[in-house]
Amino acid sequence: MAEWLYQRDIYGKTLVELGRENKNIVVLDADLSSSTRTCFFAKEFPERFFNFGVAEQNMMATAGGLASCGKIVFVSTFAMFATGRAWDQVRNTVCYNNFNIKIVASHAGITVGPDGSSHQALEDIALMRAIPNMKIIVPCDGLQTAEAVRAAADTPGPFYIRLGRSKFPTLENRKEFIFGKAQILREGNDISIIACGLLVHTALTAASWLAQKNIQAKVINIHTIKPLDEELIIDSAKNTKGIVVCEEHSVIGGLACAVEDVLCEKYPVHIKKIGIRNRFGQSAEAEDLLREYDLQAEDIAKAAEELFYR
Amino acid sequence: MQYPSQKEIERLEKKAKHIRHLIIQMLAKAGSGHPGGSLSATDLLTCLYFGHFPSGDPIFRYDPKNPSWPDRDRFHLSKGHCCPLWYALLAEAGYFPLKELDTLRRLGSILQGHPDRRTPGVEVASGSLGQGLSVALGMSLAAKIDKKNYRVYVLMGDGEIQEGNIWEAAMACAHYRCDNITAILDYNRYQIDGRVDEIMNLEPIVEKWKAFGWYVLEIDGHNLYQILDAYYAAVQIKEKPQIIIAHTIKGKGVSFMENIVDFHGRVPTKEEAERALKELE
Repeated sequence: MAEWLYQRDIYGKTLVELGRENKNIVVLDADLSSSTRTCFFAKEFPERFFNFGVAEQNMMATAGGLASCGKIVFVSTFAMFATGRAWDQVRNTVCYNNFNIKIVASHAGITVGPDGSSHQALEDIALMRAIPNMKIIVPCDGLQTAEAVRAAADTPGPFYIRLGRSKFPTLENRKEFIFGKAQILREGNDISIIACGLLVHTALTAASWLAQKNIQAKVINIHTIKPLDEELIIDSAKNTKGIVVCEEHSVIGGLACAVEDVLCEKYPVHIKKIGIRNRFGQSAEAEDLLREYDLQAEDIAKAAEELFYR
Repeated sequence: MQYPSQKEIERLEKKAKHIRHLIIQMLAKAGSGHPGGSLSATDLLTCLYFGHFPSGDPIFRYDPKNPSWPDRDRFHLSKGHCCPLWYALLAEAGYFPLKELDTLRRLGSILQGHPDRRTPGVEVASGSLGQGLSVALGMSLAAKIDKKNYRVYVLMGDGEIQEGNIWEAAMACAHYRCDNITAILDYNRYQIDGRVDEIMNLEPIVEKWKAFGWYVLEIDGHNLYQILDAYYAAVQIKEKPQIIIAHTIKGKGVSFMENIVDFHGRVPTKEEAERALKELE
């Protein structure tokens, strides 16, 4: 059985380690430090932690001032508010200046669950992807969260790291994490399944079901959405019959669109999207929402089969 | 000895006139830009960049030969559209050659239509209004972390403070007792669509800033004595951020541009520019 971990727990612990290693790390939050786990850092480094209350725009632009003075600034709140409420500040102060600011947002996606639509960020990748200079990582589990946060701390410029609210199953088959390089988690020559975040684990489940039906699916964890590992995507398009792209995000503007952008210019193939289809979320337990919004292993396997037999 | 001396005032008056001359020249050449708010804040920023405290120390500590000197004071132009003023000051201070002013708003220029870090002396880009007080707050907090004693100055527009982000920042600057921040409000009473009090009234403005926990200084933003006094008074305030609410005249210094809202975002024609430059000789 896989171990289930909160990505944000790992984020909080990693921040503390980074804080010990580098005195230039500063952390900001907007009244959600207990949820995002930046409270761990606040406890150990109160002089380098600032809470701004419920004021995300101010927090984001303040990060710019700190970064202009040489700080590596981690900014956390829920994905909805980091990317939506403070978008102008992210574009004009964080990204236009190409500042060393790392936005690590939790509670992304539909699995936020019972809090409902207002708190379920389904458009955040689209919003961040459109901005020049921004780099995006969507870690697939707890352990990868630590790797992503360290990569962001070590790489100059703005980052958006997308974390979930719920516990994620830890992948057993671990590969080396290299920023910007996708990971092939399962080999297969029939169909490619490209996924990020929570749906990587779901995609692996779908691939094992498909294998029982003699369809060999290649499963790719594309933790870095920007810059995208174009080479691997094109190679997969060439060597399999089609691509299923899976994300806990709107099908508009997210990972699927990023994959499409590459392939429609360089190697057009058939693509099926597993994602939220132009809908808002709603209140329910995470599992029920994954079923309601067609984000389960069954949905991925069905899409793969359709591509394979078309 | 009297502070500031008559001689110092005359020097700054002359400098301010020259800065206004450069603003008109550069805008006429560029063919677009924002003269009104550049001219209204000219006296305020000329005194900041070129004025002195009674001790003889400069008000604003900077080194154009070493723009990233870690102990420099910070200035941020939150009302970014008034960058012609900033560019004139930076060129005059020696950050880049005066001839660069001729390239304002041209392809590849270091002088963008709104402030940009490609310009020596610009710390953080601006243009989208309402974010600059937060930027100043970040600079102030960095000084606290690093135990440095540099000060942070930020110029805001009156229309600009209709942005909610400003008040989020105002609250936070007071909360974190950022006494190293001096904000300057260019209260020229006009915004693009008309008179500020008709578009979206800001009054009672002094009471608002006081209620947010700020030390408020209210001055005539074209009286150089009052401006220098205000900067000097501000640096002595402890535990509170300070704001200089400066009553100014939009388009100040060019008779036919004063209090004419049209000149917020319209540059003078060739003939108007010639008339203006004559007045500023």
